[in-house]
Amino acid sequence: MKLTINGKTSDLDIEADMPLLWAIRDEAGLTGTKFGCGVALCGACTVLLDGEPVRSCVVPASTAVGRKITTIEGLSGVSALQKSWIEKQVPQCGYCQSGMLMAATALLARKPNPSDEDIDAAITNVCRCGTYPRIREAIHMAAKLGHKVKGA
Amino acid sequence: MKPLNNANESDSVSNPRRNFLKLAGAASTSLLFGFHLPALGQAPLRGATEHATDINAWIRITPDNKVICEVAHAEMGQGTSTALPMMLAEELECNWSDVRMEFASVQEHLNRNKIFGSFATGGSRGTRTSQEMMRMAGAAAREMLKAAASQQWQVPVSECVARAGHISHTASKRSASYGALAPAAAKLAIPTDAPLKAPSEWALIGKPIARLDIPSKVDGSAIFGIDVRVPGMLYAAIVQCPVFGGVPVSVDDAAVKNRRGIKKVVTGPDFVAVVADNWWRAQQATKALNITWDYKGAEKLDDAGVLNILKAGITAAKPLTRRGDAGAVLSQSSKIIEAEYFTPYLNHATLEPQNCTARVTGDKLEIWAPTQNAEASVMVAAATLGIPPTSVTCNRPYLGGGFGRRGAFQDFVKQSVLIAKEFPGTAVKLLWSREEDMQHGFYRPAALYRLRASFAADGAVNALEVHSASQSILEKVRPTALKNGQDFQCGEALYDMPYQFANLDVRHGMCTINVPVGFWRSVFHSQNPFVRESFIDEICKAGNFDALQFRLDHLPKDGRDYQVLQAVAKGSNWGSALPAGHFRGLAVQDAYASYGAAVVELSVNPDKSVKVHQVFIAVDPGHVANSDSAKAQIEGNVAYCFTAAFMSEINIRDGRVQQNNFSDYPITLLRHSPKITPILVPSGAREWGGMGEPPFAALTPALANAIANATGERLRSMPFSKHGYTLV
Repeated sequence: MKLTINGKTSDLDIEADMPLLWAIRDEAGLTGTKFGCGVALCGACTVLLDGEPVRSCVVPASTAVGRKITTIEGLSGVSALQKSWIEKQVPQCGYCQSGMLMAATALLARKPNPSDEDIDAAITNVCRCGTYPRIREAIHMAAKLGHKVKGA
Repeated sequence: MKPLNNANESDSVSNPRRNFLKLAGAASTSLLFGFHLPALGQAPLRGATEHATDINAWIRITPDNKVICEVAHAEMGQGTSTALPMMLAEELECNWSDVRMEFASVQEHLNRNKIFGSFATGGSRGTRTSQEMMRMAGAAAREMLKAAASQQWQVPVSECVARAGHISHTASKRSASYGALAPAAAKLAIPTDAPLKAPSEWALIGKPIARLDIPSKVDGSAIFGIDVRVPGMLYAAIVQCPVFGGVPVSVDDAAVKNRRGIKKVVTGPDFVAVVADNWWRAQQATKALNITWDYKGAEKLDDAGVLNILKAGITAAKPLTRRGDAGAVLSQSSKIIEAEYFTPYLNHATLEPQNCTARVTGDKLEIWAPTQNAEASVMVAAATLGIPPTSVTCNRPYLGGGFGRRGAFQDFVKQSVLIAKEFPGTAVKLLWSREEDMQHGFYRPAALYRLRASFAADGAVNALEVHSASQSILEKVRPTALKNGQDFQCGEALYDMPYQFANLDVRHGMCTINVPVGFWRSVFHSQNPFVRESFIDEICKAGNFDALQFRLDHLPKDGRDYQVLQAVAKGSNWGSALPAGHFRGLAVQDAYASYGAAVVELSVNPDKSVKVHQVFIAVDPGHVANSDSAKAQIEGNVAYCFTAAFMSEINIRDGRVQQNNFSDYPITLLRHSPKITPILVPSGAREWGGMGEPPFAALTPALANAIANATGERLRSMPFSKHGYTLV
């Protein structure tokens, strides 16, 4: 199965129904994308599929063939969102933050200047540490800086 | 695709010294000239004698002037791995941008007479119990560097000045970097009387300093336990006996053993694991196993049974504190109020499920453990394999949340070692599913409370009685902490309440229930203050007292509860007019040597949906380590508290936990997050308080009090969803 992750295509010998999350983590070796619940409830596994956020723990890898997969590693530290995330000191334990950043990336691609209500509606990922107020601030800050998405 | 996390990366996790070399950016000369304090002098540092250890092992300085600070405590987002290097740098007088941190090695700790003190990261202790040691280590190193310069330049040490990573001598216009002086300094004896700065001189401590771990947490490069990759590793998924205390009798693995990638089915004392070449394959296979369990008769327990045990516990409760004769006063009083409160079992629900990687090679063991206590992990790992602890190498990845789950109980470590033992020479990563994590926690104990208060003829409160019942956590974890068979921790915030009532009777009944319990963020301070401070408001309502004034009238005027309550009242503009339909509630509570008070402003819609508009939390932690991290802890406690208050509980039926995942154990989302105003009011007290848990304590009752003020309905049990209330 050929998967294109962050612009690189790799040939993975995996089952068609293996969730994309495990193809990314255990087979492609990109561990920035996390496992939290396995049933699309928490969003820790959020990646972009042709720019749209998906919860990769329930997406069969085969459905991603021929599509552009973007993971946290594909944002590669250059996005305004990541800069804002550091500026606002958003993460605590950090485990949910890859998923949060991917969801926020998709939001800004759709709505470059989101309101609080837009953010509340779009970011439905779980953060157990409670970094929510700072996520909101950081998204607003990134919107001001003009977030550009690489590879999305 | 070539895996990004290749052998080099796993080495950087597994080998702190190699990691150090990478950080130093130099070749092995860094090690040759590395400055490792304690190896050279063995004099104990002042203040560090509590554990009778000859620390400090905390500092290394590289030739290019980087300062590497060893951190024994775990980093789970609370900021300790930045706060402790701040302490050290404050006294060392180096540039903060030159400071790196590294997790201390348990093996080194054990080989050198427990040189790092404690690895335990709980009870909001990470910074507060190590801060003085770290400041002293920095000060001692600073004085040694000054002494080295003075000897080299043949000038009086009193004329040498340490600043920004350099020692300078103004008169002779000489200056040398710490990195250049380190080899000579390292040969000197460690001073025991290096002076410490006064708090007024602090340049770093108390300031908002960017955390060292954050950059790696925004680009996916931070390695959590679940992310550990070792060449050739295998993956394990687990099924534990759903009924607490049950054991596997037989396992039929016919349906899975010929599946792709499956290596082995391992049966443990209370679990069955499938090992495969990919975690998903292993996890899928666990669902196809046919396991017969022996529940040992424990499958009868349910919520009603738990409640019955708690009720019996209240009847048999024994005194924790007694002042005057509350019983007699209550029996003679014509005006009494009484109430019963309940708080349920709760799961920590760390977002990273429990996991651990282990590799057994001959009589050596290597583990990669996301742990709140690396030393405890090593002890459990060693005992599991029957080898000396010094034969265990413990690598310390980040924790995807801790909240108390990953400290006292090292079940995940024990399991991973038992599984890896079946694959000598190969690393095996054990990862639990969310469902396993939900059903096999060490839960916040359920607790039942009965309270009574009486009023004298003049209206004053003249007696308070608080009887509660719950399981004890310490009974299993640290039995020596019990006093005359009583666990005072269960009665925290009750037996030691600061309110001055003439007659006070606080009792606790210790119950035995077949549900594992553990330390859950802020422990009994997550539930007892809810009861106490809610009941204080009930007293205020019955006695027609103002909620703020009544508290102030009954708290010692020179106490920190009094001060922090005043601070939150002022900060929230308590008593001022509110928009129509908005109501406030307040509460006060100390915890972990910090004092906290909270005000919640909310409105309740006719359908009982609750909108929290603002939260004010004031904390007096004595001293603030990193003001930005402290505020982050206050913010984080709001989400953790609201989840418990409104949404989540663990129910027992047929001897097992009923909840499975975030569908039936919901967590608050971003849209639930109110405006939060942290108010830091450090009093400068000698003892430093914690920040990870103290903001929690006053918040739940402030919330319940605000809802009561809005609706007239007193919520005496959590979650509030049981009473029809939802958070919007």
